[in-house]
Amino acid sequence: MSFPLLTATAVLPAVGAVATAAVPAARRTAAKWLALLVSLATLALAIVVLVRFDPGGARYQLTESHAWISDFGVRYELGVDGIGVALVALTALLIPFIVLAGWHDADPLETGSRRWRPTQGFFALILAVEAMVIISFEATDVFLFYIFFEAMLIPMYFLIGGFGDRAHQQGEEAASTQRSYAAVKFLLYNLVGGLIMLAAVIGLYVVAGSFSLQDIVAARANGSLHMATSTERWLFLGFFFAFAVKAPLWPLHTWLPNAMGESTAPVAVLITAVVDKVGTFAMLRYCLQLFPEASKWATPVILVLALVSIVYGALLAVGQRDIKRLVAYASISHFGFIIMGIFAMTSQGQSGATLYMVNHGISTAALMLVAGFLISRRGSRLISDYGGVQKVAPVLAGTFLIGGLATLSLPGLAPFVSEFLVLVGTFTSHPVIGIIATFGIVLAALYTLVLYQRTMTGPVKPEVSAMPDLRVREVAVVAPLIVLLIFLGVYPKPIADIVNPAVKQTLSDVHKSDPKPDVEAVK
Amino acid sequence: MENLIALLIAAPLLGAAVLLVGGRRLDAVGHWIGTLLAAASFVIAVVLFAGLLGRSGDDRTLIQHLFTWVPVESFQADVTFRLDQLSMTFVLLITGVGSLIHLYSVGYMEHDERRRRFFGYLNLFLAAMLLLVLADNYLLLYVGWEGVGLASYLLIGFWQHKPSAATAAKKAFLVNRVGDMGLSIAIMLMFTTFGTFAFGPVFGHVTDASQGKLTAIALMLLLAACGKSAQVPLQSWLGDAMEGPTPVSALIHAATMVTAGVYLVVRSGAIFNAAPDAQLVVTVVGAVTLLFGAIVGCAKDDIKKALAGSTMSQIGYMVLAAGLGPIGYVYAIMHLVTHGFFKAGLFLGAGSVMHGMNDEVDMRKFGGLRKYMPITYWTFGLGYLAIIGFPGLSGFFSKDKIIESAFAKGGTEGWILGAVTLIGAAVTAYYMTRVMLMTFFGEERWKHRATAGESVDGHAAPAEHAAHAEPHPHESPKTMTIPMIVLAFGSVFAGALFTWGSSFLHWLEPVTGHQEGDSPLSTWTITSATFVLMLIGVGAAYAQYGRRPVPAVAPRGSLVTRAARRDLLQDDFNHVVLVRGGEHLTRSLVYVDHTLVDGVVNGTAASVGGLSGRLRRLQNGYARSYAVSMFGGAALLVAATLLMRAV
Amino acid sequence: MNPVNYLYLAALLFTIGATGVLIRRNAIVVFMCIELMLNACNLAFVTFSRMHGNLDGQVIAFFTMVVAAAEVVVGLAIIVSLFRSRHSASVDDASLMKL
Repeated sequence: MSFPLLTATAVLPAVGAVATAAVPAARRTAAKWLALLVSLATLALAIVVLVRFDPGGARYQLTESHAWISDFGVRYELGVDGIGVALVALTALLIPFIVLAGWHDADPLETGSRRWRPTQGFFALILAVEAMVIISFEATDVFLFYIFFEAMLIPMYFLIGGFGDRAHQQGEEAASTQRSYAAVKFLLYNLVGGLIMLAAVIGLYVVAGSFSLQDIVAARANGSLHMATSTERWLFLGFFFAFAVKAPLWPLHTWLPNAMGESTAPVAVLITAVVDKVGTFAMLRYCLQLFPEASKWATPVILVLALVSIVYGALLAVGQRDIKRLVAYASISHFGFIIMGIFAMTSQGQSGATLYMVNHGISTAALMLVAGFLISRRGSRLISDYGGVQKVAPVLAGTFLIGGLATLSLPGLAPFVSEFLVLVGTFTSHPVIGIIATFGIVLAALYTLVLYQRTMTGPVKPEVSAMPDLRVREVAVVAPLIVLLIFLGVYPKPIADIVNPAVKQTLSDVHKSDPKPDVEAVK
Repeated sequence: MENLIALLIAAPLLGAAVLLVGGRRLDAVGHWIGTLLAAASFVIAVVLFAGLLGRSGDDRTLIQHLFTWVPVESFQADVTFRLDQLSMTFVLLITGVGSLIHLYSVGYMEHDERRRRFFGYLNLFLAAMLLLVLADNYLLLYVGWEGVGLASYLLIGFWQHKPSAATAAKKAFLVNRVGDMGLSIAIMLMFTTFGTFAFGPVFGHVTDASQGKLTAIALMLLLAACGKSAQVPLQSWLGDAMEGPTPVSALIHAATMVTAGVYLVVRSGAIFNAAPDAQLVVTVVGAVTLLFGAIVGCAKDDIKKALAGSTMSQIGYMVLAAGLGPIGYVYAIMHLVTHGFFKAGLFLGAGSVMHGMNDEVDMRKFGGLRKYMPITYWTFGLGYLAIIGFPGLSGFFSKDKIIESAFAKGGTEGWILGAVTLIGAAVTAYYMTRVMLMTFFGEERWKHRATAGESVDGHAAPAEHAAHAEPHPHESPKTMTIPMIVLAFGSVFAGALFTWGSSFLHWLEPVTGHQEGDSPLSTWTITSATFVLMLIGVGAAYAQYGRRPVPAVAPRGSLVTRAARRDLLQDDFNHVVLVRGGEHLTRSLVYVDHTLVDGVVNGTAASVGGLSGRLRRLQNGYARSYAVSMFGGAALLVAATLLMRAV
Repeated sequence: MNPVNYLYLAALLFTIGATGVLIRRNAIVVFMCIELMLNACNLAFVTFSRMHGNLDGQVIAFFTMVVAAAEVVVGLAIIVSLFRSRHSASVDDASLMKL
């Protein structure tokens, strides 16, 4: 038996989480280094997975399969396709930066504070989330996926509720209340989604008699498994609802601004760049492959909801006064693009959506982490408390601008490629929706540049005049992300080559092919 | 030889990377690094130009394929460069004028502590602009297109501590984004129509596509061109863009970037030729902007904004010519190149004046400067003669050709367009003479100034924080005057050189195609009409500003003047409809999100909470009552089981 | 003797125990009633074991006894500590379970 590489990518951070949690409180710094080392080792493993993955090979590779709960046909089945491998790599890539950016976020508060913050716990929870996210990208058994899809809520709940920004205008008491509210809201939204999905998972087992994704897809393809139209639709809705909450899709989005606003910047990145990707990933893998007909049936409604997300998220971002909430609404807009790309049912749309997941992860991490550095310096999340930062901290302002430009999809940076692919993919199958979505690029420029103008330019506010520029640790977080943004913007081919075959497979599961251009139709 | 093309872009790109990442260590030499790399790019361009001249006319297209950029099934975008006569013309203009302006900036930005950064941005601009004109497909062109937008954003907002500069930069980017949206949609339409967006295949299959699709593509391309080239209705950003340092205005907002729209239309000639309706719209846009810019230019007292109005108007000429189809393409580009020389020269002259006048921009506070700045006066004067179309100078040849072509369009349209171009020529002469007279002639209004006032546009004059003392006008250093002299040479001789034996026509024809139009009027009639109208314009300006003293504070002026000072109220319209409307929309949406969308969820949560509050009363804490409910439940279960058995 | 009678006895014992749990307030008595119910169940198990000729019932009866012994230890400890802190063994006094 070969080395279980995929299991290792998940077990390593899980073991790391336990080990980090076990470090005594006095040796806080050791816990941080341990977490960083574990996350880097996981990244190394993920790179091995990426290298071992053969884009031209079988659909699912590096597979592992063991009996688990044989009475219910639940198996421990892992395997990655091109989409999964890209997202595993993204997750493993972002965690070291999140750890490094949150280096001091969980340090004990100044003496005299009543609140207790377990430093090791913070890093252990991040690693635990990493383990669960990675295994949900790798699972090919519906039940196995479901367990980790739900279980990741627990560490996330504690990360949101337990660790907030150091300083807060309204005082610690009020901040703590708002944080609990955000954490509970996050938990409830996602639990409701998860429970509905659980019903659908059980329903699927009743209908299909198996939890194995590959078996069910194969059975549906060769006709041995027939699903009544209405059954398929109900099951699809059950799955989709959970993913739409997680993604999040309008109008199920309101938990995200609260959760991202109240948690520290690295945790906010963890939410939007890592955890939420499981939602969009699962739409692409489970909704489309298990329920192709129902997916096509629901396409018009979902496309409209995604379109609303794009425009609505962007407009609300313009109206925000809080930096983090602004980024959260921008993310809602971007998730709209991803979902639109998935349900455009064209290869450009879906490849674009997958690339979008990766690029959005990197670009939001860059923007949000720099925003976090900014907020930690001034102790305020309000945009109006800043002004003229460019003059006192040019490197911070410069990196913030690059993060912003990535968010508005400037050509030359990675998000442009994916956004354009999504737009083209949507336009070929649904021209009107594609054109309206294009308005999103103007709105994206609006909220990003307004944010930059109000915080970074203009006369220097007295409160920011002594603001230090980025420290070495902070540059070490941002610089690699920026390099990646530029590299993937100029040369996205390696990732596109990995993703394309998987998308082609998915499209053939849904029995869809790209529309032909007019000129060829003439011939 | 093809392999040199990438180097054209690589040199300034390297400069931008080194200067922006290098940090303060490079502060001392940064400006020379930037200038050298720009010059290196120019040298490569000249080498390539010599190479192209050595080939026959039909064999002057060089293609360099670098790598596959975005491959997704049928969507294949490559990083491929195309150097043909059209892009070569632009490359020479961009790198040539660009290098001169780098040199000029060495002196102009001498006292700015962020000079290294400025050169980094300038190099970034050159790289993006070269990418724009060298791209072999529309998606790659789009990268350059937004890249120049970014560079323009950074440079307009270079003095970020001024809120007006930051706002102007943002506005420029946003208005351009609206245009960019047009370009995106055009590319998508091309992809669905032709299955590709590379120049060759698209232009080759134009005949297979439906008329409606072609018109749609052409109109979307026009929208993009309007954004970048500040054409009506997306012209509002250009005036504000003058907040940037003057070399930026010269390079980006006069000579190169704003002409990208003309490049786009001419490059896409094959599509426009097949979509006559769209062409008509192009000419209308050009004609309207031509007059709009000219009227605005007449009313502005800020020297740079007057020149910006003029730029808008001159680009209107080019767009109009490009809209005429094969009759006009060559002349559009010819005017673009000559305009690049004289307008860059004029802006550099304006910068030189400002440099010597403590950064004052209000022409009402100039006057009589010719004695103090002779080189600036002469170079500016030659540029002035060129732009008003004084016979023998560059503008005369290129503008007359456009006027002729406009008449040659034929029919009523031809007469209307011709008349508009003629009127434009008169107005051009008027506003340029006004600028010339107010700046270099007349009373020295900058002397004995009591207090620094506000300029008419409502912006605080930069002089306010510079110095309240009386300015001491002086000639600028050599690094600034040399570029001005070189550009003045271009303004004088370029037109004659291009027309000599129709050399420019023969050079561009293989790419753009050309067709002689037959004008209802003879060449001589048109030329003399233009000349007479020009004289009328000059005369009118002289009567108003040369013979009478210029008031130091602007008179109230007529309704039209006041409207023109406010950019013909277009900004007010934008403010009321878009800015205010947008604010209300976002604010109400924030409210809706909080009360309605979130409210539904919170309402559900509240009702669940209320219900459980009632149910809570059952939990009284007495162990015995829990036991009762347990027994009750067990009894019920047993009863139910028995019942089921019985049934 | 008919083994069914043992079942009647078990039911009777169980009812006595249940009633005691419900109506008595003294924790010790409640506790004894619980034991009574457990033993009633044991009796039923053993009876069924005999009736069906299957030893499973007797095994479970032993299980119950062991668990009951463990439960007595814990339960008495709780009651003693409750009595120490409140000077009362009434179950109604310990109503802290409600919110």
